[in-house]
Amino acid sequence: MNKNHRVQSSRSLSAVEVKSKFGAEFRRFSLDRSKPGRFDEFYGLLQHVHRIPNVELLVGYADVHGDLLPINNDDNYHKAISTASPLLRLFLQRKEEADYTAFGTDSLTRKKNTVLSAVLLRPDANRKKPPVIISLPRDFRPVSSIIDVDILPETHRRVRLYKHGQEKPLGFYIRDGSSVRVTAQGLEKLPGIFISRMVPGGLAESTGLLAVNDEVLEVNGIEVAGKSLDQVTDMMIANSHNLIITVKPANQRNNVVRSGGGGGGGGGGAASGSSGRSSDSGASYYGYSSQAAAASMPMHIIQNFPVDELESEDEDLVIEADGEAEPIRRAPSNYSMPSLPRYEPHLNLRAATTSVSSSALSINANGTLPASGSSGSLSNTNATSTTSSPDRATERRSLEEDGTVITL
Amino acid sequence: MKRFRRHGQESQRDRLKQELFQFNKTVEHGFPHQPSALGYSPSLQLLAIGTRSGAIKLYGAPGVEFMGLHDENAAVTQVHFMPHQVELVTLLDDNSLHMWTLRGHKGLSELLEIGRFTLTGPPGAPPSVTRVTAVLAHASGELLLLGTEGGHVFIVEVPGFRELEERNISLDQVAASVPDDYIGRRNLEHVEALQENPINPNQVVIGYGRGLMVIWDLEKQCAIQHIPATQQLESVWWTEDGSYILSSHSDGSYCRWMVGGEDVNEEEEKSDIPYGHFPCKAISKIIQLPTEEGPPFLLFSGGMPRASYGDRHCITVIHSKTHVALDFTSRIIDFFVIRDGLQHTGDPSALVVLVEEELVVIDLQTDCWPVIQTPYLVPLHSSAITCSHHVSAIPLKLWERVITAGELQHTHYSKKPWPITGGQNLAPDPPQRDLLLTGHEDGTVHFWDASGVCLYPLYKLSTAGVFHTDTDPNDNMNQGAEGEWPPFRKVGCFDPYSDDPRLGIQKIHLCKYSGYLTVAGTAGQILVLELNDEAAEQTVEAKVVDLLQGQEGFRWKGHTRLDVREEPVLFPPGFQPFALVQCQPPAVVTALTLHSEWKLVAFGTSHGFGLYDYQQKNNVLIKCTLNPSDQLAMEGPLSRVKSIKKSLRQSFRRIRRSRVSLRKHHVNNTAKLQEANARLEAELAEMELAPVQRKIEARSSDDSFTGLVRTLYFADTFLSDSSHNAPSLWAGTNGGCVFAYMLRLPPVEHRADEPVTAQPAKEIQLMHRAPVVGIVVLDGHGAPLPEPLEVAHDLSRSPDMQGSHQLLVISEEQFKVFTLPKVSAKMKLKLTAVDGSRVRRVGVAWFCSSRTEDYGESGLTVLTNQGDVHVVSLPHVKMQVQYPCIRREDVSGIASCVFTKHGQGFYLISPSEFERFSLSTCHLVEPRCLVEAPLHSGSSNQHRSQPDGASSAHRTRQESEDAEVLQEIQKSLEGDQTSFLENNVKSAVA
Repeated sequence: MNKNHRVQSSRSLSAVEVKSKFGAEFRRFSLDRSKPGRFDEFYGLLQHVHRIPNVELLVGYADVHGDLLPINNDDNYHKAISTASPLLRLFLQRKEEADYTAFGTDSLTRKKNTVLSAVLLRPDANRKKPPVIISLPRDFRPVSSIIDVDILPETHRRVRLYKHGQEKPLGFYIRDGSSVRVTAQGLEKLPGIFISRMVPGGLAESTGLLAVNDEVLEVNGIEVAGKSLDQVTDMMIANSHNLIITVKPANQRNNVVRSGGGGGGGGGGAASGSSGRSSDSGASYYGYSSQAAAASMPMHIIQNFPVDELESEDEDLVIEADGEAEPIRRAPSNYSMPSLPRYEPHLNLRAATTSVSSSALSINANGTLPASGSSGSLSNTNATSTTSSPDRATERRSLEEDGTVITL
Repeated sequence: MKRFRRHGQESQRDRLKQELFQFNKTVEHGFPHQPSALGYSPSLQLLAIGTRSGAIKLYGAPGVEFMGLHDENAAVTQVHFMPHQVELVTLLDDNSLHMWTLRGHKGLSELLEIGRFTLTGPPGAPPSVTRVTAVLAHASGELLLLGTEGGHVFIVEVPGFRELEERNISLDQVAASVPDDYIGRRNLEHVEALQENPINPNQVVIGYGRGLMVIWDLEKQCAIQHIPATQQLESVWWTEDGSYILSSHSDGSYCRWMVGGEDVNEEEEKSDIPYGHFPCKAISKIIQLPTEEGPPFLLFSGGMPRASYGDRHCITVIHSKTHVALDFTSRIIDFFVIRDGLQHTGDPSALVVLVEEELVVIDLQTDCWPVIQTPYLVPLHSSAITCSHHVSAIPLKLWERVITAGELQHTHYSKKPWPITGGQNLAPDPPQRDLLLTGHEDGTVHFWDASGVCLYPLYKLSTAGVFHTDTDPNDNMNQGAEGEWPPFRKVGCFDPYSDDPRLGIQKIHLCKYSGYLTVAGTAGQILVLELNDEAAEQTVEAKVVDLLQGQEGFRWKGHTRLDVREEPVLFPPGFQPFALVQCQPPAVVTALTLHSEWKLVAFGTSHGFGLYDYQQKNNVLIKCTLNPSDQLAMEGPLSRVKSIKKSLRQSFRRIRRSRVSLRKHHVNNTAKLQEANARLEAELAEMELAPVQRKIEARSSDDSFTGLVRTLYFADTFLSDSSHNAPSLWAGTNGGCVFAYMLRLPPVEHRADEPVTAQPAKEIQLMHRAPVVGIVVLDGHGAPLPEPLEVAHDLSRSPDMQGSHQLLVISEEQFKVFTLPKVSAKMKLKLTAVDGSRVRRVGVAWFCSSRTEDYGESGLTVLTNQGDVHVVSLPHVKMQVQYPCIRREDVSGIASCVFTKHGQGFYLISPSEFERFSLSTCHLVEPRCLVEAPLHSGSSNQHRSQPDGASSAHRTRQESEDAEVLQEIQKSLEGDQTSFLENNVKSAVA
């Protein structure tokens, strides 16, 4: 061990020492730090060294802070390799018996010991920092999504902005303008509504899905054609808690291409961003489900929402003279539903933000989880999805270069 | 199968909707905005007014009204009735002539445009050659003489507008016959006036701008006489006997010329500058009318000494030794005189003056020439309207008391009946008595009879007497000191200048059963008034209410409270104030309601709301709704900034009005037009440079004015538990918050001494945070709760207190129904999220079916910021119908809208006019009237010339008989089958 350490330190630039644990068995091997390869190669390597070629695995590693983090795509694999020091400790689980709760920590309960250290690791005496807590994606609220990719023309984009109780402003302005459209009579100049300005740091800007000079075509499914600027403004504000805007982006280069096969990468990239919301139900819509599914399946984020959640923001608060504020339920006569803690903030978003941004995952400072880093990383479909991840990653990177950061 | 049945139900509902709802704009009340021309037909007894916006309006007997609109958006500059016919000709600013007629159709008359015409000159001629400056409708009724800027007179045959070129009187023809010494000096200029000889229609006098007048014989086509006046000509009048011509001039002089047979250059017989010595302004029109015995009446407008009274708008009336300069408050458009007698050739009976802001009629046969109260065309804006309130179905008792109080105020009016009596009003009597109350900037409340087509003033309440104001109440009417010259007399009621903007009335609530009225104003004052038939001297106690309730850190930067008179004030019979609440800070009152059964008044401002017990005269409740982060609420901008803006706007309007004097149209209009176009283009370019953009942001709790109280509502309902109903007060704020208070009222026998208490019961925060504009409680049947005392007066069935009540909260964006007493959301209708429009005005109305009398529904009448009106069903809040009503740019029109309880509404189309509209198939108030063509024989006019006694049954019968005779004639002439129907209508009326 000590020798290894010395060797490692002397060759720290070239090789990463790996200690992989599956059940009670350990395997040690090394990887070239400069050329880690792709995740699927790595995954195959693990199956090979453990001699479990047909076992579906969930791969986790202990990061510098002692947290158990998943490895399921190129990005977090590379991250794991680059941050491994002195050695990369891997923990493999059978997918069917995987214990997802072991990943990260539940920030609500904030157990004294991290799950990782309690369950998997020996206590690390040298650790100076308190355990950093990572939330599961389901602890986050979605901030924006692209929806209805399957039914919209490729030149259009339907964006949903979630203005939950958060303080971040929606942050954009609209203006009158004119757009040229092809009609039966030839080209025709028609009045239209355009995004005129983005507020830096606002919700609209942070999603990267809307841009200045994008033409607004619909607001929550209602066409804006023939409506005045003020009317559209009022419509947007009235829908501000759950605003769905269909735009014709001024920049048509990042459009979702739906023509199957080769185009799937781009489509998948956008669509996976849209579907990044993690939830226990409907997981098949999420993340790195098969390429074909990502491209062809209706990416209706709405259908994954419980109906009441759509409505929840619209619920009024009643304060009884003697009691405390409570949200107004729908009249019981109409329908009954499980009582959900509606107006409790879903999670303390700020706490989550800080913890996430300081963690090993690459997370935007504005508290949104970039799709590339984490989207679907913990979903139970990651194993199958990994097959196609390398070229997707490159696609995604190109998207990012265009300033289109897809966020959850 | 199911689908079919459903379809059937829907179509049934659609049919029902058609039976319940229809949209009509029915009538315009008030005074036309920017009148520009006046015409009168003695034979039809109809008055016509043209406006700058191209509208033409005809008025006869009260209820007889017609309205037409020219397609061209050009000002009407002249209106002329064709003598003894039902046609009239209008001249527009764009030099087009239009022929209108009153056509009978299904027993009613309608105003129709039947022809249009523009003079065409010879090719290559400058446009001035055919620019019409003077129009004479010839007595024959077949000719129109058109004098032009080029000095020619064109003769056109009507109604076909056929130019009779051979009869035209060209300038050359006239100039050739003019004496050399005159023509040598100057050119004749445009045709300023055309008048025919009253005793010989073949002779017309042509007055040229330079002063020369030529009497022309139309038959012989030659000049008979030249009248060589040397001053710039303003108008010409041919006296009744045909022997004199009067001319008025731009230097303030008028001349009288003898009409002789021979062509000699006579000196004027008489010349006078009535207000002379110093330079005077022009006399723009002069009239002289004989009386059967005694000296004639001489009337002229203008002529005032330029330096000292050049800004007055005066008409001088001289009769015998009486000489009065009637001093109007706005610019004189035109005037005419109504004459007695069968052929309207008798003594002058009334002077009708159209000034820019009102119509004034002066009784010339009663001493002192009092004003006759106009039954229509009343200037609503005598002081700017600040709010309005409509009360339907007034009980007869209250109605009579209001009328009595009003009559005492009208004693200075002439007792003579309205002198313009043309046409027959065939509209059925209004089914109920409706009151429209308008609050004004000067602190007055006007009560209008809004039951019928004529919006008639009933009573005027002034609240200024309660307060100390800058002006001394004694000094405003004592003008016209003895021996003053000119002998001015102020007439007219248009007075836009307010003593103190704080007096402005902002909210009104009248209980029609008890006669209690509450009005609230700009400086946070709330007055409670009681109808008293006797004059009373009393002190009004003021109660100051601190709405801030200890909220720290606020400083009111707006106006101060009004000073209350502490000594007893004498109040005339009518509504007399007995209680006064003054809010602190004295912000404008934004919501007000009164419950006469509980004797409570609730009021709200931008800072909070309060509940006042006007029996015990103390406060029951004060609630501050202010958001600590809302600093704007302290500025008092709602009152201050708004009023400054308003006054600025008004002064600009005044300047513009005076600048764009419509006086003469021969000034070159093209230059003006070009200038305007250039300005418009520049404005447009500017707009394109800086595009308008709108911020998209969710409403937050710290927006400004979230605490502003928008609506207050009293309800007897189930607020705390479902078994006991109790009085409650509801308040809705701009921030989407609803406060509910439970009220405890002492038993009736202890009402005077035990306190009324209010406990907070509920607070609802609408998450969409849109301003709450209405709150209604629906009873167990889903019907809105009746008004206070309505049940006690057996005018409404008592509400269903067995079933569960529901709360309807109307915000600008949504209609939401909640259950009571446990507030849970039941139904909603999202308006803004779907439509992009926002609720501006809302009312509860009852709609009757047009087919079955016993079926009706209650619904919400809604006006949106897009100017659309909607009907929303109750209690299911479903959108029923939608109609465009007001232009969305017309913000003040939308803000002024009031709904009635029967699906009608009013909104201001100009500062002085209400448009009335109806959403109901049953409640429609629209003019239905008939005007018949006068016959040339004298007998047909017999009944008209009789003094129009209030209503003698004999006369009515006489009239209807006459009408029948006429009918017979018409029938025989036309052989029309519709006459049968007309006959029926006639007999029904008789």
